[in-house]
Amino acid sequence: MNKSKEVFFQGLIKENPIFRLVLGMCSSLAVSSTMIASLGMGISVIFVLVLSNIVISSLRKVIPDTVRIPAFITVIAGFVTIVQLLLKAYLLEINNMLGVYLPLIVVNCIILGRAEAFAAKNSIGYAALDGLGMGIGYTTALLSISFIRELFGFGSIFGIQIIPEEYTILIFTLPTGGFLVLGFLMAVWNKLATLQGKPKATLNCHACPVAGHCGEGLIRLQKSEEVQLKSETKKIDAKGDKADKPDKAEKLGEPEKLDKPKKTDEPEKLGEPEKLDKPKKTDETEKLEISNNNNEKNLRINTEKEKKQ
Amino acid sequence: MISAKSPEQNHLIIASGPHLRDHRTTTYIMGNVLIALLPIVVATAYIFGCRVFLSTAVAAITAILSEFLIQKAMKREQTIQNLSCLVTAVILVLNLPIDFPLWQLIIGTIFAIIVVKAAFGGLGQNFANPAVTTRIVLVSAFASSFAKNTEPLARALNFSNSALDSIAGSTIDSSSGATVLVLLKSGTHPDELRTLRDLFFGIQKTTAIGETCAIAILLGGLYLLFKKIIKWHIPVSYIGTVAILSFLFGGFDMQFMLYHLFSGGLLFGAFFMATDYATSPLTDKGKIVFGIGLGILTSIIRFWSNLPEGVSFSILTMNILTPHIDRFTKEKPFGTE
Repeated sequence: MNKSKEVFFQGLIKENPIFRLVLGMCSSLAVSSTMIASLGMGISVIFVLVLSNIVISSLRKVIPDTVRIPAFITVIAGFVTIVQLLLKAYLLEINNMLGVYLPLIVVNCIILGRAEAFAAKNSIGYAALDGLGMGIGYTTALLSISFIRELFGFGSIFGIQIIPEEYTILIFTLPTGGFLVLGFLMAVWNKLATLQGKPKATLNCHACPVAGHCGEGLIRLQKSEEVQLKSETKKIDAKGDKADKPDKAEKLGEPEKLDKPKKTDEPEKLGEPEKLDKPKKTDETEKLEISNNNNEKNLRINTEKEKKQ
Repeated sequence: MISAKSPEQNHLIIASGPHLRDHRTTTYIMGNVLIALLPIVVATAYIFGCRVFLSTAVAAITAILSEFLIQKAMKREQTIQNLSCLVTAVILVLNLPIDFPLWQLIIGTIFAIIVVKAAFGGLGQNFANPAVTTRIVLVSAFASSFAKNTEPLARALNFSNSALDSIAGSTIDSSSGATVLVLLKSGTHPDELRTLRDLFFGIQKTTAIGETCAIAILLGGLYLLFKKIIKWHIPVSYIGTVAILSFLFGGFDMQFMLYHLFSGGLLFGAFFMATDYATSPLTDKGKIVFGIGLGILTSIIRFWSNLPEGVSFSILTMNILTPHIDRFTKEKPFGTE
């Protein structure tokens, strides 16, 4: 329950696709000059994101690792085509407003990114929740950008005139204005998301290409491990059978993803998520060794390189 | 800061370079720039009307207030006493038409101080000249306010005409519509335009009021050079490049070249906006490269683009290139070949 809550809400603020992950910039800048277009785009993206996440998550055991990207794209393109045909049939006006950016949802980084980073590794329920959260986060961000741009650029909200036309500011309707508003909102969002201090544990640091270079990279990396293991480790904590180490190591993670720990004290650390919230620097290297997930190999190499430098 | 803990420690001050310091403060430099801008403001008020004083006052008050508030909000050291925000405000006003709406001016000033300057770390950290950037933003935000050219007042025309009559008896119609650069661009021959003397005194149509009166700008510029506030490298290489290029591409026509030098924002930009410390290269060699780049860009925009004038765009572009110019023209310390 706790995890599903976290999965859902991380897309809204902490990992907002536009303001925090900076994904899907092209379409969001292009359609965010009016609120109606933003809403149409947002709903289309939610639709595609949720359904493609569900399908990809249910097929995650079937799709071979080597051809996963083409497979994901095919699934996504299918849903985008459905949206496009639906809009053409019932909401032609919005379809014309979005223009080429509607079919371009296929290559929208958010959707492929979530498929790769989340749906391909998690169960259907979580994948659907993640898609919904990310989609709502995207829509919120788009609506907040377009609210400012439409209010000052056209003097209206959802097409209803509020500010007289002679007091509108042309630049907000231009791409330049889109970049300016995006920058300001991003700054505000960053302030909000980091009010409680440094970035918190995330589910996606292991999928983020710059996590190793990020200021909090090491801690984040190892925290992401912790979040994945949280649900399992809690059960173990309740049992309290700390003596049986090999047994625990198997329970701690999926066996194919996690090698058996080499060091004796590691299972204990993994078993106490409270302690992991504030990791000491000395622990970082050890914990890093645990993460033998294939996707993290590169990251680890990066961080080690950094250390050497 | 070095705290004095005991008398003997007081004499042992260990600090990193630079050890030689100039006595001149930011306040001194900015104050001198303001003094240099004074003749331009006065000339502008004479030629285009006293509304320039109102605009300047509004922009100055807005600039001081927004600087004060943003420094408070960002918990930085208060910097209003160094007068830099006033310099920005005055240069911005001189870059706008005379009857520019005040609410738009206020928005522009706030943008210059908060977005272009404070958001990038305050004075000395801004990557682009606040006045130039704000002018460009205002042009794209309120295009209609720039659409109408500012006309010289009758008294300035009378002054100019009486002076002209004594020389040549010229009777050129003053309300010929477009600015000199637009006319030049559309192929009008310089002979059909107002005389160079008018350009020199600033009796011309314009969009930016401060850029017309060549004599006032030269006066201010020479004052800055004399006080060693600016170096000659940027203005000379900038104006020189434009002169050479307009001479070459204007069909070796001396008159055409002079019209290009004395109209538009070239002189004002070269002396007051391109020489901004924070946004121009550090070394003399770099400054010359910077000036030549400005000249080439300005000439390209004037001769071959859709716009009649390109001083602000070229200054902004070269501001962005400044760190790279600095990197390539850095003096190598002696012995580190």
